Amino acid sequence: MFPIVEARFLAPDVKLFRIQAPRIARKRRAGQFVIIRIDQHGERIPLTIADSDRDGNITIIVQGVGKTTRWLNTLESGDSIRDVVGPLGEPSEVESFGTVVVIGGGVGTAIAYPTAVAMKQAGNRVISIIGARDRERLILQDAMQQTSDELHVMTDDGSAGTQGFVTDALDQMIQSGVVVDRVLAIGPVPMMRAVSAVTKPRQIPTIVSLNPIMVDGTGMCGGCRVLVGGRARFACVDGPEFDAHEVDFDVLMKRNNLYRDQEAEALREFNKHPSES
Amino acid sequence: MAEPLPPKERVKIPRQAMPEQDADARARNFDEVNLGLEVVAAQCEAQRCLTCADPKCVKGCPVGVKVRDFVELVLAGDFLGAASKIREDNVLPAVTGRVCPQENQCEGACIMGKRFDSLAIGNLERFVADYERESGQVALPQRAPLTGKKVAIVGSGPAGLSCAGDLCLRGHDVTVFEALHEIGGVLLYGIPEFRLPKDIVRQEIDNMRAMGIEFQTNVVVGKTVTIDELMQEEGFDAVFVATGAGLPRFLDIPGEHLGGVYSANEFLTRVNLMKAYDSSHYDSPIYQCRDRHVAVIGGGNTAMDSVRSAMRLGAAKASIIYRRSMEEMPARQEEVHHAQDEGVQFLDLHNPVEFIGDEQGILKSVRLVKMALGEPDESGRRRPVAIEGSEIEMPLDVAIVAVGTGANPLVQSTTPDMKTNRWGYIQADEESLRTSKVGVFAGGDIVSGAATVILAMGAGRTAASSIDDYLQTGVWETDPAAAES
Ligand SMILES: Cc1cc2nc3c(=O)[nH]c(=O)nc-3n(C[C@H](O)[C@H](O)[C@H](O)COP(=O)(O)OP(=O)(O)OC[C@H]3O[C@@H](n4cnc5c(N)ncnc54)[C@H](O)[C@@H]3O)c2cc1C
Ligand SMILES: Cc1cc2nc3c(=O)[nH]c(=O)nc-3n(C[C@H](O)[C@H](O)[C@H](O)COP(=O)(O)OP(=O)(O)OC[C@H]3O[C@@H](n4cnc5c(N)ncnc54)[C@H](O)[C@@H]3O)c2cc1C
Ligand code: SF4
Ligand code: SF4
Ligand code: FES
Ligand SMILES: [Mg+2]
Repeated sequence: MFPIVEARFLAPDVKLFRIQAPRIARKRRAGQFVIIRIDQHGERIPLTIADSDRDGNITIIVQGVGKTTRWLNTLESGDSIRDVVGPLGEPSEVESFGTVVVIGGGVGTAIAYPTAVAMKQAGNRVISIIGARDRERLILQDAMQQTSDELHVMTDDGSAGTQGFVTDALDQMIQSGVVVDRVLAIGPVPMMRAVSAVTKPRQIPTIVSLNPIMVDGTGMCGGCRVLVGGRARFACVDGPEFDAHEVDFDVLMKRNNLYRDQEAEALREFNKHPSES
Repeated sequence: MAEPLPPKERVKIPRQAMPEQDADARARNFDEVNLGLEVVAAQCEAQRCLTCADPKCVKGCPVGVKVRDFVELVLAGDFLGAASKIREDNVLPAVTGRVCPQENQCEGACIMGKRFDSLAIGNLERFVADYERESGQVALPQRAPLTGKKVAIVGSGPAGLSCAGDLCLRGHDVTVFEALHEIGGVLLYGIPEFRLPKDIVRQEIDNMRAMGIEFQTNVVVGKTVTIDELMQEEGFDAVFVATGAGLPRFLDIPGEHLGGVYSANEFLTRVNLMKAYDSSHYDSPIYQCRDRHVAVIGGGNTAMDSVRSAMRLGAAKASIIYRRSMEEMPARQEEVHHAQDEGVQFLDLHNPVEFIGDEQGILKSVRLVKMALGEPDESGRRRPVAIEGSEIEMPLDVAIVAVGTGANPLVQSTTPDMKTNRWGYIQADEESLRTSKVGVFAGGDIVSGAATVILAMGAGRTAASSIDDYLQTGVWETDPAAAES
């Protein structure tokens, strides 16, 4: 059992949890994730470790999209999670690259945040671009501001920052002559694909964090395989970060849809009795 | 107690058949297929044993279960005595009685088998273990005085469990670390409920817990903690690595990324560990098999378990695609027969060359090439060769790839001073199971490559006595050849 010591909403459907998990807190590095299972009937889902502290807690930030994440978001401080395993995956490659642009879309900002911090600590100039549908759904703006030399905020409806996509900001920045040494983009697959399309012709090294469906997270099932450079790689152990210019986003998107019917059904059932799960 | 019969009479008794669920019914449920012998049948079977002076059955068993002696106790009606007799050499009799390939081991060596049907040793072992469990009188062996030495076991499959059991008895403080959320290794996530009910595994683990073994789930050694940290920071005096051969192999053919193509590991994990077959109670989804055509590529136990699980998930048609001929199939005979009775179709001498999908990226067919058997290869089996121009396309909804597994590198890559061979398996001295790293031992599938439950348990026992030795003497000597290579 892993006790929840803090739980609060950051935006509608986006909740932050601090969870007691001392072994994981001590080991984790930016870019790594945990796999959790809420109770003995639950499924296993991966969530990025956004932060950790000296008291043995890890932070996760969860966007409610389907049954498990919405169920998780009903939990409060004092509740606990049955299984939390990690830290899984390879840590982000953090070096002094020069100027690094960190792009977070939606809850992807939470996943990008720890790497932005690490990039800054490694002596990079960090320019962050965060995007969301509207002002309400924007997360971690203050935290990103603090860890970045420059922050651009983009919303689809213009209710905060500039109206437009994160790729608009990136494109403009590059065109205005900013020399970008590396880009890290994390968010919905179409966004990561769009970022990759901006940087590929300019040969700017670009890293994306992939989110295929996972089960064990240890390389045992192969369900998380993604095509990178034409080769199958297991995102849970070889990734989750990969060279964007080599990733087959189309395959990733299609594989992520594989259980859509069952997921929709599970959510419908859950919405009937959200408190009883 | 039944009067022993003279040998001439004994060999006239027919081998007692294992009662099983009706094939049509069981092909659609996950309940156990074999129902177990009744007392009368068990004693009748025990009566068949020739109580040989030189019992070959014992030599045929990889851990040397005293078959003749326990069978005599069955005949005498002392079933609990028979159980403790088996437990002297085998800590999981209810498991091995069900899943050992007996025909190649104890029963394969049985003297009676030379002229008649061999004694049904596996069925008797299972009978005794079930009797003991159901009686609620499992006699937990007495633990030796505590030594104060700490041992970490990495992996909770049969190798890890049997090592933990032995070391605990010798008074050491044992902690088992398991990456998954449940204990049992392949017994839990691989072998399906209908062959090995999970409650049996759980009860054995409860017994071990009661003996004083500590189990920590959700610890991926190499990630959550390294072996060096276990030894230097957490005070473990020795480590036994028993992480199995869990890395799935794929065919490396076009279309393997399509939706509906699974590794057997993923498919079986979803079905067994995550209980996807019981979707009204469990959340993990599995790709729709009901009323569809599911084919499994491969011919081993894993392939049989996968295809029979697919059948039970409601497949309209469940097939095995195997590149050699039926005779070469490595799966246990019993499993192949069970699968055939349940309506599984076998397409031997065929090999997939491409999976074909629709615009949504979902599997819709497979291209197969016919095979012929050529010259024998290193394994002595005739090598399958593709027949040119023989390709056919077969409509298919779900494909499960069960063509073997390899070594997972997580532990090895974070323990650089522990040597591996060129396939990534850990190198350990054959007799002592010592690795090239002081205080670290390894055994089971992670050393031998994918093998059997009982061989893994045997390795666990060997490791336990070798670890005990090391803890008592503090002397570390490895075979110099192993240390150098
Ligand atoms: C490495 C990694 C890190 C992640 N980090 C975060 C994070 O920090 N915060 C966050 O909110 N989300 C994160 N996700 C995504 C999160 O795991 C999914 O949103 C979650 O699993 C959805 O589960 P559900 O039952 O609520 O929704 P469902 O309705 O069941 O699924 C919605 C969609 O999520 C994806 N999904 C479903 N099951 C899984 C699974 N077992 N593994 C991965 N994806 C799945 C599928 O594409 C699916 O269509 C991460 C994913 C990965 C792979
Ligand atoms: C589907 C299937 C059917 C089979 N049927 C039979 C049969 O009928 N009869 C038979 O005799 N044999 C059978 N086998 C083979 C048999 O199950 C194996 O040979 C045996 O389980 C090997 O035991 P092990 O202890 O070495 O490893 P495993 O049983 O593989 O256990 C290893 C454990 O270590 C854990 N682990 C791995 N890495 C780490 C890590 N880094 N940190 C912590 N834990 C870790 C794994 O999660 C796993 O629980 C079958 C195998 C499969 C896959
Ligand atoms: S452990 Fe296996 S091989 Fe040994 S006697 Fe029992 S069934 Fe036979
Ligand atoms: S070899 Fe066969 S007949 Fe002889 S003791 Fe063993 S089981 Fe009995
Ligand atoms: S999640 Fe199973 S191998 Fe990656
Ligand atoms: Mg879900």
